[in-house]
Amino acid sequence: MSQEIQVPELGSVGLLRYGWRQLTSMRTALILLLLLGVASIPGSLIPQRTQNPIKVGEYFKNSPELSTWMDRFSLFDVYGSPWFSAIYILLFISLIGCVLPRTFEHFHAARALPPATPKNLDRMEHHSSWSAKGDELDKARAWFKSKRFRVLEKDGSISAEKGFIRESGNLFFHLALILVLLGISFSSLFGMRGMAILNVGERFVNTTTSYDSLQYGKLFGEKNLPDFAITIDKFTAKYNIVTSAPEDYTLNVNFAEGDLKQSELRTIKVNSPLKLGNTNVYLQANGYSPVVTVRDSKGNVAMQGPVPFLPQDSNLRSIGAIKVPDADPQIGFVGSFVPTYARSGADGAVSVFPEALDPRLLLSAWIGDLGLDSGVPQSVYRMDTSKMSQVGLKSLKPGETFTYPQGSITFEGYLQWVNIEIVKDPGKNYALLGGIVAILGLLASLFTRRRRIWIRVGKSVEVAGLAKNDAPGLDVEMADFIAKLKGGK
Amino acid sequence: MSRNWAYLSNYLVYSSMALYALSFIAHAFETAWAVRVTTEDSKKNIDYKRTEKVARVATAMMILGFVLLFAGVVARGVSASRVPWGNMYEFSITGALAFSGAYLIALRKHDLRWLGLLVSIAVLLTLGTAVAVLYRPSAPLVPALKSTWLVIHVSTAIISGGVFLLANAIAAAYLYLDAMESRGERTAWAKRLPSLEALDQLSYRLVAFVFPLWTFSVIAGAIWAESAWGRYWGWDPKETWAFITWVAYAAYLHARVTVGWRGRKAAWLCLFAGSTFLFNYVYVNIWGTGKHTYSGL
Repeated sequence: MSQEIQVPELGSVGLLRYGWRQLTSMRTALILLLLLGVASIPGSLIPQRTQNPIKVGEYFKNSPELSTWMDRFSLFDVYGSPWFSAIYILLFISLIGCVLPRTFEHFHAARALPPATPKNLDRMEHHSSWSAKGDELDKARAWFKSKRFRVLEKDGSISAEKGFIRESGNLFFHLALILVLLGISFSSLFGMRGMAILNVGERFVNTTTSYDSLQYGKLFGEKNLPDFAITIDKFTAKYNIVTSAPEDYTLNVNFAEGDLKQSELRTIKVNSPLKLGNTNVYLQANGYSPVVTVRDSKGNVAMQGPVPFLPQDSNLRSIGAIKVPDADPQIGFVGSFVPTYARSGADGAVSVFPEALDPRLLLSAWIGDLGLDSGVPQSVYRMDTSKMSQVGLKSLKPGETFTYPQGSITFEGYLQWVNIEIVKDPGKNYALLGGIVAILGLLASLFTRRRRIWIRVGKSVEVAGLAKNDAPGLDVEMADFIAKLKGGK
Repeated sequence: MSRNWAYLSNYLVYSSMALYALSFIAHAFETAWAVRVTTEDSKKNIDYKRTEKVARVATAMMILGFVLLFAGVVARGVSASRVPWGNMYEFSITGALAFSGAYLIALRKHDLRWLGLLVSIAVLLTLGTAVAVLYRPSAPLVPALKSTWLVIHVSTAIISGGVFLLANAIAAAYLYLDAMESRGERTAWAKRLPSLEALDQLSYRLVAFVFPLWTFSVIAGAIWAESAWGRYWGWDPKETWAFITWVAYAAYLHARVTVGWRGRKAAWLCLFAGSTFLFNYVYVNIWGTGKHTYSGL
């Protein structure tokens, strides 16, 4: 006779309970933890949009097919990808599921008295016995009190326990990690981050239109932008005379808050941003803006002002584009600015020092269609010369003018520009608090130990001890305890 | 003036290399000669008395080398009027100092003289690479590095690294001896090495000791990044690998304490975690991109 195998019905509740138990098991947590580590690897080897969008662009240019597929798996946004999020969210659910019950358990255990002294102490570790003198219980009581053990005294015996701080530290560590995650999420929902390039002398008013780029969280409203304005007074950069390496950047600003009526002088340096509540203003990058005047053939000014150029090397050779879309026909200049000019056989004009000791502006002038109306976004530092024709080449010193058939351009001088970044990060203090509590919890959980010590006094004195997880050091403590019991007053 | 200090630093580093080399030779001599083949039964017996003096010399050379290297690192700092942690040459000589320092401190409490051979050659190779490939003239710091956090963040990272690598060396010794024991008996010279259990315990205790320091170092780096770069965490390659190392050691500690891994599995996990640290130091510093590009290469 064949017998049908009875499979116990799990049901949906049972299945959920089973899943929950699996998720919150230590083994799953461990696998998720290792998985989180492994999942972080690709983002450090493949360029990420948030850090290096230009390199990502190169990837797409060089191998579009592969890049498209990589993008489908969010390999250019690893840390914001669904699969990365899935791992850490599961890990944190698992962590909460593991830590919360343990917190309640620990809370009860910490208030309970230690269990009664076991009957057969000679079976325990660190056991020793000797004939009693009679005052051992009093001495033990005093010793336990001085060492802050929790004790239960019963029938001529004391059961003492210490080291709950180990589990407290452990729980605090894990709860603090949750706090860190909450702080990070809070920032990404309510925070903002924006950049602006400003020439020395320019004024920045903190409204959305002032930014060159601006990102903010889902729950951040424009009205949350704090009211302030910054005027760039002076930017000083110091360089090493031998290596050209930067030694100091100092930005002096005029800072006005609220109704912008009163202003004060402030200094921003690389390691000390301007702070306004949980909004910081950082000095991120700097460079030169050649100041030019472009005139048409009749001598009318078609464009005038500073144009930020982008540094290319440590001596701040910078490239840029001067576009005059209002001229007819349109005119543009592909330019290169060298702060300290020198000629090199191979590269032509080079810069030999980042300070503007002998500046030159090298220009090639183009006439035709700048392509600005095509709708394709263009870099402000580059020019699309595919629909243009070159009308001349010239190297200019400050004050010099380059004249071509359709007009002229004068290199008036230069200004320095700075890139300021404004960041509002309302969750960072929670994350920091989480970090500090995590370390304290970690120290408590790794460097304390939970142990029990028993003493029973009858005709003879019997003592024994037990350390949880075989933590070392109990032998020393037991020796001290026994010495106190045997010693005189 | 500052140039003289830089030269002095170089001499001290070179001299310390000579001493580490002598220490290595003495350790090698001890390892080779501690075993004597007796003629009667042609069985290998161990006689440490023969090499006790050599072993003492080996440790003494290492201590002297450590002292000179310490002075060399300090002189390098004096030459630039700052902490000597501005480029990869300086990270490497300080890292070698931390590694041999961790070994010498651990040696006071544990019988680790057998590990001296590995430690001295590792330090020697690190210093050799530093001097031959990574050397850069002493120079002031770039603005982003001018911060008190440099002292806090980099010193704790280097100390953590030194101890992690020591734990790694012990875990590697564990795996080697474990393989030897599973084939049969330990060979004569290996008999003097500690039991597998002791090695397992020691590498665990080193990791448990330094894991909070590493956590602190990462957090200190985050605080610094917040004031220098405008964000405390940006998944910069260096940050990412620091995080991976942290996760790997966290997994190691959990595996040991909670799941009860011991021995072989734990040793492999320890080695994996340590290699993520090494990868971060070598690969990310030299070939990586990102904001932590201070190697000066």
